[in-house]
Amino acid sequence: MAAAMPLALLVLLLLGRKGWCLAEPPRDSLREELVITPLPSGDVAATFQFRTRWDSELQREGVSHYRLFPKALGQLISKYSLRELHLSFTQGFWRTRYWGPPFLQAPSGAELWVWFQDTVTDVDKSWKELSNVLSGIFCASLNFIDSTNTDNETLEVNPPPTTTYQDVILGTRKIYAIYDLFDTAMINNSRNLNIQLKWKRPPENEAPPVPFLHAQRYVSGYGLQKGELSTLLYNTHPYRAFPVLLLDTVPWYLRLYVHTLTITSKGKENKPSYIHYQPAQDRLQPHLLEMLIQLPANSVTKVSIQFERALLKWTEYTPDPNHGFYVSPSVLSALVPSVVAAKPVDWEESPLFNSLFPVSDGSNYFVRLYTEPLLVNLPTPDFSMPYNVICLTCTVVAVCYGSFYNLLTRTFHIEEPRTGGLAKRLANLIRRARGVPPL
Amino acid sequence: MGLLSDPVRRRALARLVLRLNAPLCVLSYVAGIAWFLALVFPPLTQRTYMSENAMGSTMVEEQFAGGDRARAFARDFAAHRKKSGALPVAWLERTMRSVGLEVYTQSFSRKLPFPDETHERYMVSGTNVYGILRAPRAASTESLVLTVPCGSDSTNSQAVGLLLALAAHFRGQIYWAKDIIFLVTEHDLLGTEAWLEAYHDVNVTGMQSSPLQGRAGAIQAAVALELSSDVVTSLDVAVEGLNGQLPNLDLLNLFQTFCQKGGLLCTLQGKLQPQDWTSLDGPLQGLQTLLLMVLRQASGRPHGSHGLFLRYRVEALTLRGINSFRQYKYDLVAVGKALEGMFRKLNHLLERLHQSFFLYLLPALSRFVSIGLYMPAAGFLLLVLGLKYALELWMQLHEAEVGLEEPGGAPGPSVPLPPSQGVGLASLVAPLLISQAMGLALYVLPVLGQHVATQHFPVAEAEAVVLTLLAIYAAGLALPHNTHRVVSTQAPDRGWMALKLVALIYLALQLGCIALTNFSLGFLLATTMVPAAALAKPHGPRTLYAALLVLTSPAATLLGSLFLWRELQEAPLSLAEGWQLFLAALAQGVLEHHTYGALLFPLLSLGLYPCWLLFWNVLFWK
Repeated sequence: MAAAMPLALLVLLLLGRKGWCLAEPPRDSLREELVITPLPSGDVAATFQFRTRWDSELQREGVSHYRLFPKALGQLISKYSLRELHLSFTQGFWRTRYWGPPFLQAPSGAELWVWFQDTVTDVDKSWKELSNVLSGIFCASLNFIDSTNTDNETLEVNPPPTTTYQDVILGTRKIYAIYDLFDTAMINNSRNLNIQLKWKRPPENEAPPVPFLHAQRYVSGYGLQKGELSTLLYNTHPYRAFPVLLLDTVPWYLRLYVHTLTITSKGKENKPSYIHYQPAQDRLQPHLLEMLIQLPANSVTKVSIQFERALLKWTEYTPDPNHGFYVSPSVLSALVPSVVAAKPVDWEESPLFNSLFPVSDGSNYFVRLYTEPLLVNLPTPDFSMPYNVICLTCTVVAVCYGSFYNLLTRTFHIEEPRTGGLAKRLANLIRRARGVPPL
Repeated sequence: MGLLSDPVRRRALARLVLRLNAPLCVLSYVAGIAWFLALVFPPLTQRTYMSENAMGSTMVEEQFAGGDRARAFARDFAAHRKKSGALPVAWLERTMRSVGLEVYTQSFSRKLPFPDETHERYMVSGTNVYGILRAPRAASTESLVLTVPCGSDSTNSQAVGLLLALAAHFRGQIYWAKDIIFLVTEHDLLGTEAWLEAYHDVNVTGMQSSPLQGRAGAIQAAVALELSSDVVTSLDVAVEGLNGQLPNLDLLNLFQTFCQKGGLLCTLQGKLQPQDWTSLDGPLQGLQTLLLMVLRQASGRPHGSHGLFLRYRVEALTLRGINSFRQYKYDLVAVGKALEGMFRKLNHLLERLHQSFFLYLLPALSRFVSIGLYMPAAGFLLLVLGLKYALELWMQLHEAEVGLEEPGGAPGPSVPLPPSQGVGLASLVAPLLISQAMGLALYVLPVLGQHVATQHFPVAEAEAVVLTLLAIYAAGLALPHNTHRVVSTQAPDRGWMALKLVALIYLALQLGCIALTNFSLGFLLATTMVPAAALAKPHGPRTLYAALLVLTSPAATLLGSLFLWRELQEAPLSLAEGWQLFLAALAQGVLEHHTYGALLFPLLSLGLYPCWLLFWNVLFWK
């Protein structure tokens, strides 16, 4: 079965200030992990994680010898003084509603997220160079990520802590078989290692637990003038309400009408406790809308805002303009209540496996969700021969029509020379008396 | 230009136009009709061709072999449907889930404005079931739809069977880059409308429905399927949608390509394709198909559930399996393969279908007439109204003014005489207002007053609506006897001339706009209304004019179209049948306006009927 699986590449740099000495064995290590999860839809999710860990300070030491850590990245990190670099490429979409929360969350498409060292003075310049270099390395058009589609969040919930808890979630007990493939004894003892995974489809009535928070986003309305962006936020927790931070970045060519922003839960208006809105500037920066919304227990909250589709300049249309324009996913960050009987495990040992169980500080765990990206059609001129012909014909018709209309509706009269005013008559009388031709 | 700006030459030209007016009008009208008839001959019809690159160059291999499975699904579905007496929602959900789709349901309800006697429904409530096949290669930004509308009768079971078998087959393939939505709707088009409105989160027709739980991005194309037997002799394709909208021609080309590839027999308007276009037979057969298409498009009703998708800019068509007594029969595998091929090609699309024609007429499946070639036909007919007659009346009015001025001798300071002009325009206000009010009454009263009518007369609601409609329509004919008392007639000829001038301009404008959006309707109305409108005047053989005017009124055109329609389908109507069909069509027209937003009824009642009344008024001007 084909698994719709995001392929995420995550490079974590842990820059500690540990003492080092040359006598020690190599300081870098590689860990691999694979978790195979049968999904209720009949698909199988295979999640791989490759972790290269290297305790080194690339900026200071001028490292020239690389063992496991990719040199291309290492040089990049030291050259641009990066503190953290997150880069993800995703194909497909992870369906949280049916498959539960994924191990590694990433939006569809590419996402680049960088923290520079304090020593970097011109961040814009570094960003531009870095994205260009990265797009070269990964053969992706990352260099198109510029100010028109990036944003700086103002409110950020802290990343998860480093201990995990595990076990019975919502009454369903999970049993896992764990093999340590690095254990040479196991591989040597069995002549060929075949791992067979048999999975029995659960009966219809035994649906897997639905995650407490999931979301859906769509464009409503029809026609090419207006539209509406709607986001549905589901809180399926039976009795607990929790706040969610919703971050929307909308490209400038969808002109948002902020007065139409409505948030309703259970048929009533829901007032967000925090709103940050930064309007778009044409061709410079996108709309940024950030809201902290309280989701009542067991409810669907609908966030909708109307927009008008802008007419672009004809050089601004991308190739294949009739495909439509993408709107990036909205990002949901929340501390979701957990119903977990807890048992702490060392997170460092096998992070992927342990993140099967929500990370928790007791009663909540941190979740970041991405909704699906949207495809919006803008009014698109016909970039073809007939279009040019129509333009030309219309011009000719307009010119001809104007003059014909003029001629047809205007009446022409021959102006008789008028006899003039009193002064002129008097003057003519005098002239006649003088025998001079009149005026 | 100099010709028109020089007053002397201009007057000469005007005289010429006035003298040659009648022959020019006749010539223009004949040219319009002749042009239309000539559309079926090869220089004007062209071969269809695929414009979209993404669908053209690559060929796909169809592997669908689930004929038995489809038949088994169909049998189960029919059995469950018979048992429950409605759409077996639970069974559909279970089956769709078992083939690996994400399944959702949507319930809807709608109270029709009055009982629909053709489909026997009034308070409608039902449930749509749809399953989404998630494409592994994309993030649910685009989707395709395969839909089967299920009515109250037990047809279309085979279509549901084929839909499920195709879903099971598609689920095993890895190449999908667009989500595919498999939709089964209840109460045929009502269900489709409810689903479409909920999908786009709009409410156009006052439908009550539950919100959709699952979506799959922007719908790129849709195919509706109607099959009621295990074997078919041919596949008929319907393109005409709501308000005469048509899908992109490339979608039709795609269907035709796969029919040819699989050796399937396909028909258009139930007619086989003529093979020989060089002799007269081919074009004559093409003319029959063309006329059928014009009549269908002019009716503005969706001919299949695909017609409702077109409003949302989703290219769609309906495929109907026909089982008649012909030699070659095809089973569900052949139909399934054609559908698989179409969906795989649509899956290749990079952009929305936009390359080929959106406005066309089809004399055969492989031949089309583009908008640039058929528009002159309507243009010639409108020329009769616009240029010649309006021009003639305008000039006559103008000449009359000049004639009035000339005996006075003194070249006055201002050209038109203000008093006479003022009276002329004021006299127009009453007939215009009254006829427009009549139109408004025709639009509003039948549905509004149905309960009053059922209380006082022994009729059902639907009958009441139709009879009120006819009564108001006929009452409009008595209008001139009411208005001419209101109208003070100072200048005898100027009054009706001014009224006719206004009516002609009004008619020309309306027909022009209609012909641009729905050519068939515009052309049909122009063919019938133009001659009578041009001839109407209060002198001469009035009875003859009146008869002609009544025969070409919008309602009479509808009746005539029904007879022509059945004649072309080779199932002629008797007079009584025709009348029954006419009454049913009136009720359907009103219903479709309220349920789907079809515009024919308001267009006729608020636009063309008042305009036609003005001509009636001109005819009986005193």
